[in-house]
Amino acid sequence: MPLRAKVASSVSRTAAALSRAAGRGDGSVIGGWIGLKIDPDLLAHLSAGRAIALVSGTNGKTTTTRLAAAAVGVLGRVATNSFGANMPSGHTSALAKAGSTPYAVLEVDEHYLAQVLEATEPHVVALLNLSRDQLDRAKEVAMMAQLWRAALVRHTDVRVVANADDPMVVWAATPPADPAHGINPPHVTWFSAGQRWHDDSWVCPECGSTIQRSGDQWWCTGCALRRPEPQWVVEDEGVLDPTGAWHKVSLQLPGKVNLGNAATALAVAAEFGVRPVDAVSRLGIVTSVAGRYAQVDKDGRNIRLLLAKNPASWLEAFDMADEAPTLLAINARDPDGLDTSWLFDVDFAPLRGRQVLITGDRAYDLAVRLDVNDVSFQHVRTFDDAIRSVPPGRLEVIANYTAFQDIRAELDRVN
Amino acid sequence: MSTESLRIVWIYPDLLSTYGDRGNALILARRARQRGMPVEVLEVRSDQRLPATADIYLVGGGEDGPQALGAQRLIADGGLHRAVAQGSVVFGVCAGYQLLGTSFFAKGVQCRGLELLDLQSDRGPSRAVGELAGEIDPRLGLPALTGFENHGGRTHLGPEVAPLARITAGVGNDGSTEGAWRGKLLGTYSHGPALARNPALADLLLRWATGAHQLPPLDDTWSDRLRSERRTAVAAARA
Repeated sequence: MPLRAKVASSVSRTAAALSRAAGRGDGSVIGGWIGLKIDPDLLAHLSAGRAIALVSGTNGKTTTTRLAAAAVGVLGRVATNSFGANMPSGHTSALAKAGSTPYAVLEVDEHYLAQVLEATEPHVVALLNLSRDQLDRAKEVAMMAQLWRAALVRHTDVRVVANADDPMVVWAATPPADPAHGINPPHVTWFSAGQRWHDDSWVCPECGSTIQRSGDQWWCTGCALRRPEPQWVVEDEGVLDPTGAWHKVSLQLPGKVNLGNAATALAVAAEFGVRPVDAVSRLGIVTSVAGRYAQVDKDGRNIRLLLAKNPASWLEAFDMADEAPTLLAINARDPDGLDTSWLFDVDFAPLRGRQVLITGDRAYDLAVRLDVNDVSFQHVRTFDDAIRSVPPGRLEVIANYTAFQDIRAELDRVN
Repeated sequence: MSTESLRIVWIYPDLLSTYGDRGNALILARRARQRGMPVEVLEVRSDQRLPATADIYLVGGGEDGPQALGAQRLIADGGLHRAVAQGSVVFGVCAGYQLLGTSFFAKGVQCRGLELLDLQSDRGPSRAVGELAGEIDPRLGLPALTGFENHGGRTHLGPEVAPLARITAGVGNDGSTEGAWRGKLLGTYSHGPALARNPALADLLLRWATGAHQLPPLDDTWSDRLRSERRTAVAAARA
């Protein structure tokens, strides 16, 4: 490593430690930010000599990264940004902090995928899904798919692990070949993780025709784009691998969506030569991820934290949550997106009949939505009020990003 | 009303439903049912014929490609033009508002609109993203408009339409006016579920559709609180 990179890396680790000691944060961003100021190529320098997997998509990337890191861990030490700090500063911090490791699995914000592909030259990139998320500042879905596609054209040697169930992902992962100019499409391994949310992929990104669906299958009515045959498939409580062998997956994380994330993690690890039979038991050690799915006992209540940031992830959260009193917390600060319109893309009907409490900066937006949805609710000002308002037993908390962090802070930054 | 029940058509949810647009159909249906009106909501996808006999048509927001495609299919279908000729109500939001005009800008070119409203839209110098507020045309007798806008277009009104509102916060059409209306056609840049924050506007559409001069009041406690909170937030941001 060049001297400048060594200095930058060392300063980066010190800053991260100071940030944690001062109680200012996880230290997962600040260190990398300072390091990159000293050496703008620090991420590339820290990546050199490591076999790297990148994990990107709108939803599930933090959890899938954690599961994939556990699976790749069969081979040796793995550096990873497991706090969800998923921009280049977070990657830089994670790699600097981990020191020398043969492997790294990095979660990447979908907007930064092109840049991080460039800097880290990964062996594998996993593409999970694309759906509407924070549209007041994020790229619209079709535009994001186009950016991914353009980035993959420049890195045709990278191995892609992609979701066959999401038309936007399939289109992004299959850029046109141009053998005359030495451009061949990247090698893609397809997995099927299911897609509960379909409302961002009714129109073909290739030709603008309608996309039809029937059961698991989907196809464009105007061009050749259709669902590829997946090699990794969730079946019952386990995963079918490309040889047709079925592996039981025992997770501590709830919901069918996490079985899909497990299948993705096994597919990523397989690209490094990890056999699923060796990796599958390691997936069960993952209990919670940066507070997501964490359970905390307080005042006789067993509080479980579920993060839901956009319409697709709310549908998944309802699938995971028990029939129990439920607190919904909504903010609209910068990291959440300033626009609450998406609340009307979520059908809250599964909550009818449960005791529902609402809180957060934008509780009134949620109140209007629930009212229209015929879901009765009670508005509370604080998290403590919420706890006092429910009987002893399970309390499910479903919150969007900063609301989740606020509640996590009340619970001593539970991981 | 055209039949015994109030018929609401949500036009092309497969193309024009970027962010919570479903909310407008849900809110209109609920407010009608609370007044004892039977309601039928039809979601008409872009590969289906548009019925010409509904009472209220909703056109939502969308990205450039779907907006251009939606306009093409609506022009080819002709159902919305027949419905307007028969006196139906049309409510357009964001991209759905722009395409009711004579032309709009999408995918780098000026596209032909439905020519139902005398207005045309082009690309502005910057994207308008944030809270939107305005004083609504006094002839409509409504309280202030509140919403969230997220668009790159600027809209220029012709003499045949009136602005929906005078801007007090945000950009709207051009930084001074917002939205437009003529007869029973109304469009706004207040995107997504615009009626969630503007229940009186929802009731105006219902009155236009039913011919009722007045509708029984409803309990709007939560939307009143939301409106007041947003008003305070906009004032605080300006201070």
